[in-house]
Amino acid sequence: MSQNKEDKNQVKLSEIHKKEVHAAWRFALPAILLLAIFLLIPFIVAFVLSFTNQRLITNPNLPTQFIGFRNYIRLLNDFEFLQALKNNFYFSVIVVPLQTFFALLLAILVNQKLRFISLFRTIYFSPVVTTMVVVAIIWYFLYNPGEGFINQVLQVISFGKLGPYRWLNDTSLAMPAIMVLSIWQGVGFQMIIYLAGLQGIPEELYEASHVDGANQWQQFFYITIPQLRNTTIFVVISTTILAFKLFTQVWVMTRGGPQGATRTAIVYLYEQGFQRLRVGYASTIAVLFFLIVLCVSLIQRFYLKEERAVQ
Amino acid sequence: MMDTSITIKQQSPHSLNYHFKKSLNLAGRYLILILIALFFLFPIIFMFVNSIKNNETQIIRDMSNIRAFIPYGELGIKNYINVFEQMPFGRFMFNSVFIVSSTVLGGLLVNSMLAYSLSRLRFKGRQFILTLVIALIIIPTESIVIPLLLMVNRIGWLDSYQVQIVPFIADAFSIFLFYQFFIGLPKSLDEAATIDGASPFQVYWRIIIPLSKPVFATVAILQYLVRWGDFLWPLMVTRGYEYRPLPVAIQQFFSQDPKVWGDIFAFASMITIPSLVIFLIFQKWFVQSVASSGTKG
Repeated sequence: MSQNKEDKNQVKLSEIHKKEVHAAWRFALPAILLLAIFLLIPFIVAFVLSFTNQRLITNPNLPTQFIGFRNYIRLLNDFEFLQALKNNFYFSVIVVPLQTFFALLLAILVNQKLRFISLFRTIYFSPVVTTMVVVAIIWYFLYNPGEGFINQVLQVISFGKLGPYRWLNDTSLAMPAIMVLSIWQGVGFQMIIYLAGLQGIPEELYEASHVDGANQWQQFFYITIPQLRNTTIFVVISTTILAFKLFTQVWVMTRGGPQGATRTAIVYLYEQGFQRLRVGYASTIAVLFFLIVLCVSLIQRFYLKEERAVQ
Repeated sequence: MMDTSITIKQQSPHSLNYHFKKSLNLAGRYLILILIALFFLFPIIFMFVNSIKNNETQIIRDMSNIRAFIPYGELGIKNYINVFEQMPFGRFMFNSVFIVSSTVLGGLLVNSMLAYSLSRLRFKGRQFILTLVIALIIIPTESIVIPLLLMVNRIGWLDSYQVQIVPFIADAFSIFLFYQFFIGLPKSLDEAATIDGASPFQVYWRIIIPLSKPVFATVAILQYLVRWGDFLWPLMVTRGYEYRPLPVAIQQFFSQDPKVWGDIFAFASMITIPSLVIFLIFQKWFVQSVASSGTKG
């Protein structure tokens, strides 16, 4: 009798588990299918295409062929691509440290216990919710070569010694001009991340060090900075990846000009893949772009792991 | 810290000098905060002020000095009317709102469902799928747009809504955020409900979702920020105005010569006002979402 009951329970349990498995797959399937079709497959296809001379609109007389590493060899000798990569590196070498530094500075400023401080937080964050295309258009006007507002401000504060500059039309100034507005638009995001990091530092650390006679600078360098280590790694890495994705503001303002001074990897990918319909060649750019992003992300994982091992 | 404590010892905290120094310090702090606020606000103010100046020559004349920030002269909504007369602005706005809200809402459902199944249900392959999803976070959209373009071109999706919605509903990072949150919810809740005869769907709908409002808000806001500003993909897949979203529409309007700046700024303002209003209403949620994207990423 009892044996029978146990068996029944067993059957019931396995039935529940069966139902659970069915339900699990029903829940999982929509997202898995979408990820597979629209992310994983295109990703694999990008690798495959990078070894072909595929075009967006295939010519029946010239069927697509596998051409081995020819795209890669051509790309690494392509002056325009190398210039684009150089621009990406230039952009990140300047923007990443500056934006990280300003983000921390702003976070410290808006972490003060003052009245209306949340108003300032809101204001500093507002460029983040302003669409990048709009931001680029406004700054395009501010950078006007002759009478632009920025030229005038520079002239006034330098007593007429500086400018007028041709900003977006000048090969050496176009990229720095884009850097300024990119920092202006993006820094609020990282400010909030740093703010969360600052608020996560235990107050006792500061109190204890105060008792030990540490001054504010010592507290900053021996408590705040080390405690923000993981936040800093995150901010630096995500800003670096964003720097390599640079496209929108460049496309709106300069289309990669003058003379390729602001062309980036993604601008080149768009030109080759979309405008010149060279899908195979553009896929090679995509693969190299992905490998760079992968390297940057692996560096982040490596540093975060090291931190965990120490703890 | 040391310095101030010494000065406090030397003079009574009630002395005039102490109060004077303290308020000077406070004024200095506010001055810095206000100057930085001006730096972040001036381009936005610049856009709004110029959008209501009816006279295009005045906009050009004013652009080099402080008058660009002062609403004076012939003010009105002429530029806004011009925008509506020259293009189907309402259509662009509808396209953007429809595309972004479908993607975000669809994403909330689909991504949270996968995360629920990965965090609460037992089945073979669970660990493998979880690892795969986390690995997929690394792939940037930019690196797949070309093959994706080839694919959607083959199936005739160019110039449509679905081409801007369907590929971006499932999002690995959103799944990860949901997973992290769900795994922290006490398992006893759904076990109790299951014993009471609730199906996995009922557990998800009646127990998990009501407890997970913060993570739903986080994912919605982060996805909204990405999708609302999306530019590269719609630039590739929209030709006519029927399915064109706002960022592409304004870029094309902007790139036509001669540029009429009053109209451009009116267009830009109409894009910016809704997102600023949404931001001001849900400010707290925005800040929390961004903060948690950093600590969990």
